[in-house]
Amino acid sequence: MPLLNVTGLSVTLSTADGAARAVRDMNFSLEKGETLGIVGESGCGKSITALALMGLLPERSETTGKIEFNGENLLQKPETEMCALRGNRMAMIFQEPMTSLNPVHTIGRQVMEPLRLHKNMTRAEAKAEAVRLLDRVGIPNPQERLGNYPHQLSGGQRQRVMIAMALSCSPDILIADEPTTALDVTIQDQILELIQSLVREEDMALILISHDLGVISENTDRIMVMYGGAAVETGPTETFFEALSHPYSQGLFAAMPKLGMGRTSRLMTIPGVVPDLINLPSGCTFTDRCPLATAECRNSAPPLRQLTAGHNVACYHLDKARTMKAEGLFA
Amino acid sequence: MNSSTSLSFLARCRRSRSFMVGGVMTGFLLVCAAVSLFWTPGSAYDISIANRFLPPSSTHWLGTDQFGRDIVSMLMTGTQNSIAVAVVAVSIGLAVGVSLGLLAAARRGWTEELIMRFSDFSFAFPAILSAIMITAILGPGGVNSILAIGLYNIPVFARLVRGTANAIWTREFVMAARASGKDRFRITFEHIMPNILSIIIVQATILFAIAILAEAALSYLGLGTQPPHPSWGRMLNEAQALMFLDPWQAIYPGIAIATAVFGLNLLGDGLRDVLDPRLSRKR
Amino acid sequence: MTLPVSGDNVSLHETNPTGVLFSTCLAKITMSIFFAKRLLTLIVTLIGASMVIFVVMEILPGDPALVILGINATDEMVALLTTELGLDRSAPVRYWDWISGLLVGEMGMSYAYKVPVWELVEGALWITVPLAIISITFSITLALVVGLYAAANHNKPADIGLMGFSQLGISIPNFWLAVLLIMFFAIELRWFPAGGFPGWDEGIFKSFKALLLPAIALATVVGAILARITRSAVLEVYREDYVRTARAKGLSQRATLWLHVLRNALIPVLTVTGIQFAGLLAGTVVVENVFHIPGLGSLVLKAINNRDTIVVENVVLLLAAMVITVNFIVDMLYAVIDPRLKAQDI
Repeated sequence: MPLLNVTGLSVTLSTADGAARAVRDMNFSLEKGETLGIVGESGCGKSITALALMGLLPERSETTGKIEFNGENLLQKPETEMCALRGNRMAMIFQEPMTSLNPVHTIGRQVMEPLRLHKNMTRAEAKAEAVRLLDRVGIPNPQERLGNYPHQLSGGQRQRVMIAMALSCSPDILIADEPTTALDVTIQDQILELIQSLVREEDMALILISHDLGVISENTDRIMVMYGGAAVETGPTETFFEALSHPYSQGLFAAMPKLGMGRTSRLMTIPGVVPDLINLPSGCTFTDRCPLATAECRNSAPPLRQLTAGHNVACYHLDKARTMKAEGLFA
Repeated sequence: MNSSTSLSFLARCRRSRSFMVGGVMTGFLLVCAAVSLFWTPGSAYDISIANRFLPPSSTHWLGTDQFGRDIVSMLMTGTQNSIAVAVVAVSIGLAVGVSLGLLAAARRGWTEELIMRFSDFSFAFPAILSAIMITAILGPGGVNSILAIGLYNIPVFARLVRGTANAIWTREFVMAARASGKDRFRITFEHIMPNILSIIIVQATILFAIAILAEAALSYLGLGTQPPHPSWGRMLNEAQALMFLDPWQAIYPGIAIATAVFGLNLLGDGLRDVLDPRLSRKR
Repeated sequence: MTLPVSGDNVSLHETNPTGVLFSTCLAKITMSIFFAKRLLTLIVTLIGASMVIFVVMEILPGDPALVILGINATDEMVALLTTELGLDRSAPVRYWDWISGLLVGEMGMSYAYKVPVWELVEGALWITVPLAIISITFSITLALVVGLYAAANHNKPADIGLMGFSQLGISIPNFWLAVLLIMFFAIELRWFPAGGFPGWDEGIFKSFKALLLPAIALATVVGAILARITRSAVLEVYREDYVRTARAKGLSQRATLWLHVLRNALIPVLTVTGIQFAGLLAGTVVVENVFHIPGLGSLVLKAINNRDTIVVENVVLLLAAMVITVNFIVDMLYAVIDPRLKAQDI
């Protein structure tokens, strides 16, 4: 039995302009210790998927499908039981370390909070554990730092505190939603390495969400590309990069700067904009931006088809896409 | 402004419930005041002992007071008084306060410091308190209460305008104007003023409501409009002595004040939605 | 296990242990500077306010000596009294006299009642200050209950209804509300006295009862304003990222509200409370007159009618001082609630 098994997950958000189908029919599973990368442009539904897993979607939303965690469907759990899971068995790190910590509480109090809540630790126990955790995530002088307020810390240090908080109860699964996007480039790698090593050490499952294919490629076992609220390609990271298939995945890859790239060669861009989630096209959502789109693509959405073991792609024109490559597709 | 934005402006007006309801209520107030200039159902001034405490009837819709004056007529004429006081008081605040605020933002340095410290002091004296002081000097009366409320409005406008204008001064288009050699005076008129206009209008509406309240309070205390001119505040004061005899007399002027203030507050809220959609979306 | 830490844009003084001590030390110094600076502002504002009042009262037409002696007084008598009152001395000297007197609780003699001003003021203070405290307590309680309830039921009928009521509450003049309260609770139901104040010697309960209706009249308007602020502040804070963090930690909706939202939401509420206190105090002047309560408001109004300027200037300064002091306290509380004291706020 996998640790996490998501089947047919769909999320509809009600907005002022109408119902937005933010996530459609997502299927994936995660084993203990496995790392999954979810990649896509902003607004493709990756953060909504993460919040759906945590049960933290806004009230005016509808979630359908199944999220089985340790065999139990989270969508049917009452709120009190979800509270007991959150921060305990499943934890999350957010994109904005600058605003994700409460400005009026000390670092110590915030790190101790889940320990007191889930582990029933006394103040003294929680304090000792918080010092250990802060030390572990690389905060110098943790004892002193306990009494500090978030505004006294740098962005990188705040993200370290967020990680310490998320890992305080040794969760089974950690969801990191763009954990390095808001940070300086020099610190990004350090934070990713820290997450990586902690996850490995604790044998945790990790869902790493990023818009940056580079970040995902270096840090995950499996990869899932999302577009317009649905997965368009998913597979083991190695296989995925060896056999880039979906036109969108190819575009993403081509839009990524690579080492040794000459100054003269230009970065590829995918023309067009992400689809409007309120008025989704009936067929493949990538149709408007895809050079291979045909009438078939417009009329019906392509199902995920298996290429090799575990490598699935949703596209009608795979062969053409793979022979043309990104250079041919988005020239 | 092209037709599409003016259309959406109207559409926003129609969409904002606060604007519509507040606008209608304020409109009603203005109509009452205007009509009372040349027609009232009875007389707001004529004392007639024979007609004291008449119950509501077809000639006296809300009855008469202890001097036999028609209550509806007094309320209508009182509207004139409230509006006149509020208009002049807010205008004083607007003229002086906005100028000072713009000056502070344009000159910065000690000018700004002086204006702001001055307005700091005035915050220790709330409207009624400063009005009491001013009427203590000049003696009670309608004109003096206008002056008192107007003086209170000056620092309110000065502060608001200075804060908003300072933010505008840092914007790119102002930088561009400065780079092209325009002087501060010209930039203030061409770029700063148009951009703070909507905030000033909203604030003026709210201060209009506060002015009506303050005038009523001063008149109630006997420091504002003097007899025989009808004013809502004094009607309330006179009615209080007759609470046992005719409680309704104390109800009507209060409803008039509350309606006026409620309408203006709603209008202010609505104007905020209509004039600055960015602001309203935030709340 | 400790992971190696390199760069991590921690500046040098942050990484070494003495640096941390230094920064905590710095925070304490910052706090003292903040306190000292606010205290200085308090004093400067008080002096400024007293000067404004003095200058304004100087312009006042009418000779106090003439007021005391009445219209039948001879010029000689007036001149004599003017010298006796010290009114023939220069303005700066008299200002200094006033202020130095105030510092030792000396306010001079009332022109109209011929008793020390302090005697008149002392009795009034014992009514106005408790009234203001009761009213502001009611206001804040009302605001928190209504504001939190409305925010918790955002956009539901309860929220819309409560906010409609609060809009109405803001529009009702407090002196009219006072009249309505008298008509209903004092005349109709006879639960409360229609006015007057028995004095604290008559028992705390009786006095409290006399202050209750005035306090409600005052608290309704301020409470309505603060309720709207509380609601929008809570809703604003609910959108903050750290609220989501708290929920992700496993805190329930309710625990998040009490432990994470409320304290942050209190910051704007506190600021507006400080501003509204001035309005509330001004309101006591009017409402005291409705209820015929012999507080500072009644005193100042009587003094105006008697042209008893020495009482007016002292009472107005006292009221202004109360406003300034409350705003000083608000500033201090603000610093306690919000640790983000930045250099530019000092």
